[in-house]
Amino acid sequence: MAAHHTLVVLVENRFGVLARVTSLISRRGYNIHSLAVAPSVNEQFSKITIVVDAESTPIEQIVKQLHKLINVVEIAELSPSDSVEREMLLATVSAPSERRAEIVELVNIFEGKIVNVGHDEIMVTLADPPDKLDDFEELLRPFGIVDVQRTGRVALPKLSRSVAPLRVVESA
Amino acid sequence: MNPEVFCFPGLLSARTFRLSHHFPLKPKDPAMSETLTGAQALIRSLEMCGTEVIFGLPGGCILPAYDPLLESPIRHILVRHEQGAGHMAEGYAHVTGRPGVAMVTSGPAATNMVTPLCDAYMDSVPMVCITGQVSRPAIGTDAFQECDTVGITRSVTKHNELVMDPQDIPRIVAEAFHIATTGRPGPVLIDVPKDVLQAAMQWYWPTSIDLPGYRVQTTPDALSVRRAAEMILASERPIIYVGGGVLKARAVEELREFAELCDMFVTTTLMARSAFSDEHRLALGMPGMHGNYTAITSMQRSDLLINLGARFDDRVTGKVNTFAPDAKIIHADIDPAEHGKVRRPDVALVGDCKITITELIRAIRDLRAGGAKEGERTVWKQTISGWQENFPLTYEVSDPGNALKPQFVMEHLRDSAPDNTILVAGVGQHQMWASQYWKFKQPYSWVNSGGLGTMGFCVPAAVGAKVGRPDATVWAVDGDGCFQMTNQELTTAAIERIPIKVAILNNSYLGMVRQWQEMFYEERYSEVYLSPELPDFVKLAEAMGCVGLRVDSPEEVQPAIDKANEINDRPVVVDFRTDESEKVFPMVPAGLSNDDLELAPSQREALARERSKWSR
Ligand SMILES: Cc1ncc(C[n+]2csc(CCOP(=O)(O)OP(=O)(O)O)c2C)c(N)n1
Ligand SMILES: [Mg+2]
Repeated sequence: MAAHHTLVVLVENRFGVLARVTSLISRRGYNIHSLAVAPSVNEQFSKITIVVDAESTPIEQIVKQLHKLINVVEIAELSPSDSVEREMLLATVSAPSERRAEIVELVNIFEGKIVNVGHDEIMVTLADPPDKLDDFEELLRPFGIVDVQRTGRVALPKLSRSVAPLRVVESA
Repeated sequence: MNPEVFCFPGLLSARTFRLSHHFPLKPKDPAMSETLTGAQALIRSLEMCGTEVIFGLPGGCILPAYDPLLESPIRHILVRHEQGAGHMAEGYAHVTGRPGVAMVTSGPAATNMVTPLCDAYMDSVPMVCITGQVSRPAIGTDAFQECDTVGITRSVTKHNELVMDPQDIPRIVAEAFHIATTGRPGPVLIDVPKDVLQAAMQWYWPTSIDLPGYRVQTTPDALSVRRAAEMILASERPIIYVGGGVLKARAVEELREFAELCDMFVTTTLMARSAFSDEHRLALGMPGMHGNYTAITSMQRSDLLINLGARFDDRVTGKVNTFAPDAKIIHADIDPAEHGKVRRPDVALVGDCKITITELIRAIRDLRAGGAKEGERTVWKQTISGWQENFPLTYEVSDPGNALKPQFVMEHLRDSAPDNTILVAGVGQHQMWASQYWKFKQPYSWVNSGGLGTMGFCVPAAVGAKVGRPDATVWAVDGDGCFQMTNQELTTAAIERIPIKVAILNNSYLGMVRQWQEMFYEERYSEVYLSPELPDFVKLAEAMGCVGLRVDSPEEVQPAIDKANEINDRPVVVDFRTDESEKVFPMVPAGLSNDDLELAPSQREALARERSKWSR
């Protein structure tokens, strides 16, 4: 994937905050690659994990602008090398009985799961780093992907660096 | 690194904020048990925040809030168009430093408010706007006069909030005033559904404000201040580039002391006019697209730009990558997002300008006490006086019997204006002449729409300014085009006895656009001609309860101004018929470098000589 930044934005868990964050990002000319929102440990706050394409423009400006939103509490940028990143993939693959074994083998190699089985289709899932999901999807394709869904990316800092886990983006 | 910018979840909820000192808190009745309607709580909350006047116009959804207003000491000014209410609130805020308050109903009234909100957002004007909304159960059903006000205004407000529980009203109002007036000021909108206004709530007044995501750094980092001070002392060609932030921070005295301390010249952007007296020996006036030669060129040639509360706006920098090419940059701004947005500073000072300048003064004194060496500036000072002498603002005085020059009108207005005059301008050529030719002496004596450039700003903003400063004379210099957008607020002014004075520089054209068509579109004039006859501005003024005067020739200028200055019981409109072909100079054509500015025809030869000197 092209140059991207993963921002973890802690926001007040309130009405309309997601819209504020996304509309600000698009208004300032950035493209959101993926987005995941979920409550944080403290239920007063939610965590938005945003992957933005940032080839031409530095991320600093978008971070500073996001900081200006009253409901944004904290922003951390996670670099891929310092963090554990996951996405989840859910795919329905056409699986006539003669090819089913091959698919099951592929799922096993990737340590994925078969979550639903039909007469000539099966549904598989995998939660892994984004590039592994890309590979998996690529290898499933020849079998005939009937439908596929991927979630937005979530990320946490690696534990080995847990003394100062987040590289808090300076606002100065 | 500053601890202010770090935050860890554990600390967040512990961070609370005391209410700012921008508005007084006079608890009316601290009893917690009182039951009020949401509407009563809204009006009382506005009172608690020190609101003395609301500019507004009622309608269906906001109706409940207009009822308790009858018992409130707050003055309400009934406008003729909601846009007027917004600009009045802005004008009021510009001259008083207190947040302007506007209140209107839902739907079309809220959309009419979008322009002033955006205007206030661009110019960092503190403002609180209350809009009515359809009742909670009707939200999302396309009910009568429903619109997504919070969605529509999201990108033109510093913050906005839809109130879904009447119990939240005091807290949200207190937060709105806090947000509007602290940090980088701006407009805040509160959208209140009708049934929230009607519902009962238990009155309270918040003692603190808890906004975990709102942090304002007011004191700049000490090391950066010291580095800035060293750069200032070492520089040989420093220029202080002042923006509206200095006025917002009320740092006018500090700025003067700072400039004098190091004998540094000061340019004041369109938003900073009146922050530094134009009569001061160090004042260079306005830089930018229609700035004067010395202000523009001194910035271009400087080796150090000390940006205090300005934002490197494209109207100031011209083509950015050719702007002040040799200058190091010190950039002081309370909004860290301004640092590096357009030009990367060598030293960024995040903080309130008043505190920042005070700290800079202290650091410079310390360095001097330690015997710091200072840059040699004699040549620089001579160069600047040379420019001032060779390239003053100028225009060709018209021969008797010929059309009136707008600059001539501005000079007379300026020279006859009482000392406490506040000047308000519209948007266009007249705005530039007003800013260029006025000599600002007192801070907060200039009100204008800079960032958004909103035609129609002038008349209502002048009304708001006069309401905020009834002791001052308010002169509104407007264009014939702009005036026709919002002049109906003169009826408001006449009825409410708000005696402003309007000078229309009437060139029968959308003059600024005409100038661009003349210069950049080979004189192909397209849809810029208004009319020399219609409307009859004198009759129009009279119909609205104002005195109307018309001036066609130079001899009539002074008597008309004298007459207008004497009238203090109602608004006056003077229709000055000015030369339609007059252009604003100097001018840096859009997209070009500040080095390519054009001067008035009479100065072009001298400019060519000067340019060959620099290119050698
Ligand atoms: C609401 C709005 N519409 C259009 C413009 C574009 N515009 C800028 S200046 C100008 C002409 C203003 O004409 P007038 O008020 O007569 O002033 P003049 O330039 O003639 O002094 C126009 C149309 C604007 N700034 N604002
Ligand atoms: Mg005009």
